[in-house]
Amino acid sequence: MTNHWVDIKNANVIIVMGGNAAEAHPCGFKWVTEAKAHNQAKFIVIDPRFTRSASVADLYAPLRTGTDIAFLGGVINYLLSHDKIQHEYVKAYTNASFIVADGYKFGEGLFSGYDEATRTYDRSSWAYEIGPDGYAKIDETMQNRRCVLQLLKSHYSRYTPETVSGICGTPKETFLKVCELIATTSVPNRTLTFMYALGWTQHSVGSQMIRTAAMVQLLLGNVGMAGGGVNALRGHSNIQGLTDLGLLSDLLPGYLTLPRENETDYQAYIAKRALKPLRPGQMSYWQNYGKFHVSLMKAWYGANATTGNNWCYDWLPKLDKVYDVLQVFELMAQGKLNGYVCQGFNPLGSIPNKAKLIKAMSQLKYLVVIDPLATETSCFWENHGDYNDVDPAKIATEVIRLPSTCFAEENGSLTNSGRWLQWHYKGAPPPGDAKPDADIIAGIFLKLRELYRKEGGAFPDPILNLTWDYAIPHAPAPEELAREYNGKALADLTDPKDPTKVLMKRGQLLDGFAQLRDDGSTSCGCWLYSGAWTEKGNMMARRDNYDPSGLGSTLNWAFAWPANRRVLYNRASCDLQGRPWDPNRKLVYWDGIKWTGADVPDFKPDSAPAEGMSPFIMQPEGVGRLFALDKMAEGPFPEHYEPFETPIATNPLHPRVISNPAARVFRDDLAAFGTSKEYPYAATTYRVTEHFHFWTKHTLLSSILQPEQFVEIGEELAKEKGIRAGDLVKVWSKRGFIKAKAVVTKRIKPLKVNGTTVYHVGIPIHWGFKGIARDGYLANTLTPFVGDANTQTPEFKSFLVNIEKA
Amino acid sequence: MALQSLDIIRRSATTTPPPGVRQTEKLAKLIDISKCIGCKACQVACMEWNDTRDAIGHNHGVLDDPMDLTENSWTVMRYSEVETDRGLEWLIRKDGCMHCADPGCLKACPAPGAIVQYSNGIVDFHEENCIGCGYCITGCPFNIPRLSKKDSKVYKCTLCADRVAVGLEPACVKTCPTGAIVFGTKEKMIQHAEERLVDLKERGYAHAGLYNPKGVGGTHVMYVLPHADAPSLYHGLPDEPKIDFWVAFWKGAAKPIGNWLLGLVAFAAFLHYITVGPNEADEANDKEPEHAGGKP
Amino acid sequence: MSTQDNRIVRATAPERVNHWLVAILFVLAALGGLALFHPFFFWFTNLFGSPTWARIAHPFIGALLFFVFLRLAARWAGDCRLTDDDRQWLRQIYDVIGKHEEKLPEAGRFNAGQKCLFWFQLFALCLLLVTGVVIWRPWFAPSFSIPIIRVAVVAHGVTAFLFVAAILVHIYAAFWVKGSIKGMTTGWVTRAWAKKFHPGWYRQVSGGK
Repeated sequence: MTNHWVDIKNANVIIVMGGNAAEAHPCGFKWVTEAKAHNQAKFIVIDPRFTRSASVADLYAPLRTGTDIAFLGGVINYLLSHDKIQHEYVKAYTNASFIVADGYKFGEGLFSGYDEATRTYDRSSWAYEIGPDGYAKIDETMQNRRCVLQLLKSHYSRYTPETVSGICGTPKETFLKVCELIATTSVPNRTLTFMYALGWTQHSVGSQMIRTAAMVQLLLGNVGMAGGGVNALRGHSNIQGLTDLGLLSDLLPGYLTLPRENETDYQAYIAKRALKPLRPGQMSYWQNYGKFHVSLMKAWYGANATTGNNWCYDWLPKLDKVYDVLQVFELMAQGKLNGYVCQGFNPLGSIPNKAKLIKAMSQLKYLVVIDPLATETSCFWENHGDYNDVDPAKIATEVIRLPSTCFAEENGSLTNSGRWLQWHYKGAPPPGDAKPDADIIAGIFLKLRELYRKEGGAFPDPILNLTWDYAIPHAPAPEELAREYNGKALADLTDPKDPTKVLMKRGQLLDGFAQLRDDGSTSCGCWLYSGAWTEKGNMMARRDNYDPSGLGSTLNWAFAWPANRRVLYNRASCDLQGRPWDPNRKLVYWDGIKWTGADVPDFKPDSAPAEGMSPFIMQPEGVGRLFALDKMAEGPFPEHYEPFETPIATNPLHPRVISNPAARVFRDDLAAFGTSKEYPYAATTYRVTEHFHFWTKHTLLSSILQPEQFVEIGEELAKEKGIRAGDLVKVWSKRGFIKAKAVVTKRIKPLKVNGTTVYHVGIPIHWGFKGIARDGYLANTLTPFVGDANTQTPEFKSFLVNIEKA
Repeated sequence: MALQSLDIIRRSATTTPPPGVRQTEKLAKLIDISKCIGCKACQVACMEWNDTRDAIGHNHGVLDDPMDLTENSWTVMRYSEVETDRGLEWLIRKDGCMHCADPGCLKACPAPGAIVQYSNGIVDFHEENCIGCGYCITGCPFNIPRLSKKDSKVYKCTLCADRVAVGLEPACVKTCPTGAIVFGTKEKMIQHAEERLVDLKERGYAHAGLYNPKGVGGTHVMYVLPHADAPSLYHGLPDEPKIDFWVAFWKGAAKPIGNWLLGLVAFAAFLHYITVGPNEADEANDKEPEHAGGKP
Repeated sequence: MSTQDNRIVRATAPERVNHWLVAILFVLAALGGLALFHPFFFWFTNLFGSPTWARIAHPFIGALLFFVFLRLAARWAGDCRLTDDDRQWLRQIYDVIGKHEEKLPEAGRFNAGQKCLFWFQLFALCLLLVTGVVIWRPWFAPSFSIPIIRVAVVAHGVTAFLFVAAILVHIYAAFWVKGSIKGMTTGWVTRAWAKKFHPGWYRQVSGGK
């Protein structure tokens, strides 16, 4: 979240799209209720299904699954053509006025630089025009034909209400009603907030869907504002924490990145990431990359990391490619990866195309599963009839199950969607032999180190020299790990302006990442988390909800990264003079001497407005990007691409480029995609409120509330297929079938799309062949093995199936 | 469940005053349907607090589960898909005991003290006094009490009388993530509802209203209904609930009439006996074959 | 039937057993029913061990009563056919309660009052059985809708009350007409009794004397 849960109450218009907050985030949803009850907020839900969120919405707009970019692109077109944008904000705080280099172009569904053979773009043409001074060129009048605003207008001029309605199936009047409500927030004192979740991320164009929403918010001047922003609702209690510590396989903690195999030179590695400002007077905060990186290496390798060995740079793995889950299982299926450690993860349920996964795991030599539950993954070799039709005699994989604790059985911090690190305490001892994950990993590490010590090996250094100074080596305490990620001074830190002044004594815990150095005098396991456990104690355990501004900015409640900041980019909530756009949303302001306010300013605290520093300090150009430069794999402007399995078999915008040309897809898997002829119905998977993922089918209460697998279909499709509510139905895709009870509902309506009628089949996940709820099929038996081009997140939300009464 | 005993205002099948030395304020639970997202957290909280567990059932082609109230599920969410002038609406109602001011269950109950009403308005079943006749099921205008197959006692929502007795809110109220369920004095709940109605009317629900039906003397569980003109839209919530005529007659007029009838018969016989005297055959004249009034 | 001295057999042993079985079951059913009807009678439940046992026992007692009565009905139905004399007897009910048997048409084995009681009992027991099944928990009631159960409960109660009232009259009549109770306990009545109260039957059993 750019903002945080409590902040939702400040919104005037709330859009839940690509998510279903009421069902999947019922506790956080209280802030939507609050905004409606006490802020007269209007609540809009845009979803293929009339969800439980929609049941309390002021306006519901149906759309076909996978067409969110078309919808939001239409919104951008509406805002631009009706002049409903926050002009001052757009001009000063976005790259609307920046001039794009000549090489960039878009036509027929493709941006410049596409290579069909590798399915990738050469992104070098997606750039600003750079002046002789080394800065990007801008046109303050924004009339230049090559400036971002003009390119934006032209790009989205194709997304007319009629086109949107034709692609999305949303009735035109409903679409326009949504646009009108959104447009009301283009004034400085009204805000819109977007709440989304896996309904956006789990598409082959997921990242671009989110970006489109961010662009809408930039145009409306809603980023950085209380009650604004783009807000990702995270699914697991600590998935934000995992993301921050390096969820993606090419990330290091704190969104630092692993080097690629061609990056053998340390200085070049740092230089590429420590970006210089692209406009005069800008902060370009990533210039500090080196400080974060060196401190991380010091945390890992301590005294072994020196300037002499480039802080152990050579010990870091250099990626030849991204090892996302799809890649890993592809390698496994090819027999090129033969051991797998699976921690807190149930890939058999969570990765698409179960048949491929079974094939892949059957080829492993060993599979280690660290989990509190007996997951399907750990039992993939068991025969469970139709639910898991395998022959154990033919599977030689050795499966080792290491029981771990669950969150309630250990101390620790959970990072919520709003970036708050909240400390929690052990509620009960773990059952049986279960151990905390840290203990299990420590045990494996110590054993490995011993083997390396005894037997040597190809490359023992990174293991032998890893800092492991925990009080009990086989049981690192959560408190120790927290202090490690906070960081400490390894030597006395003196004031750079006055070397006689000691700011931090050797060994002291740091106050925040501003104190990090790139000379090896600080260590920090995750720069973003620095400040979480200081000399004052555990900041994450704070529980004072005093809220002087009334905006929910409770700075003494837990710790929010970065630097206890509650709303990111909050400098943008003020005008150029440093006065809040809306006096009732006074998050921060310039008091004449410094930036101050209810929140921690996301800005250089002493930079006077007159100095002209722009609010988006992480960007070299200091402004929000309507044009994404080379940061996105499939283009600088989001473009509507159909799901890889599309029910309309074409892309009405450009029939020759139907789906995301840069998406993660392997050659063999392309063959496993179905066509709308054989599989005429648009399917989407999702969660229901009664269950949490594949966990709660192991708990009695949740299993009582939703005991048995079901799929949802509209009354019209049910009638056509002769299916009655409660019937057992078979749903199959090109990859497999499931059988489940049919819930027949008015809440999934047929949509008129591109001249045809599209029916949706809703497939809740949650069931499997382990647990105490009634046995069911893993929904990922059906889903396609294709992922987003940037995050490689699989396309669980849009694919094709057929359905019959079983 | 029995916890309070000093503030009982009504006691089933009891003709003398119940213990009522302590009088408390009237309390109420308000369920704001416009805020309810149907997450079933209240169902879980109810089962957890009361330590009841329903069976793992089946899917019946709807999202409702368990499908109905049971001795273990004292509250269930009822989902109704209806087309109104606003288009499709998915109306979700938390069903459970309404805690009527004039409770039909208590009226119908023949077992002394099996059902009581506390002065705070809670209607509570004391299962240890329950004889399992099921008359309360017949008496309830909302079809709430459920007879356990295991012990033949009747169970329903207690409005967490045990929690309320020690100053806590009911478990469902505590857990409700959106604040759709609130609890307090009945007066405050009515005020709260009125605030909500202003908001709902601004959002175009012209007939939004408070469901606190007069027919049962008002209830201590009330609903904010966006469509108060048609409560039955909400999965058959009674439009005008009241104690049924037959129940009222049976537990009202029939009782004195019945008792008087028997008394009268007995008294008439007694009067007859002492006025007319015993009717005896004349054994002395047994040999007389003729009978005065007899026919040959 | 035979006569011996001045005694006549009024009821055979099987008849007496049957009658008294009905009587006992009726009393038990009535006590249980009354207990559930009004708090004033609730203490009757203790006669069954506990209130819950009273509730459990009542429908079984009732059902048994029905079948035992059916047996009795099979024995006596023939003697209980209403005749014109019976209707006349009923019209002269004031002569009945005024002890003016001499003014009444001749009564057979059973007088019109007994016959009416008999037919009423048969009808009432049928109704009680049907309504009783409808409200019988936990077995049958769940199969019926609540509105039906509500009507059934009232019908059951009203019928039972009339039944109890009728039986009260029957008991009183037995007590009032001296010699009747002996007739049903020992089986014997005197000739005088028979001649006075059931002359038609007396002539029949005494061979027309």
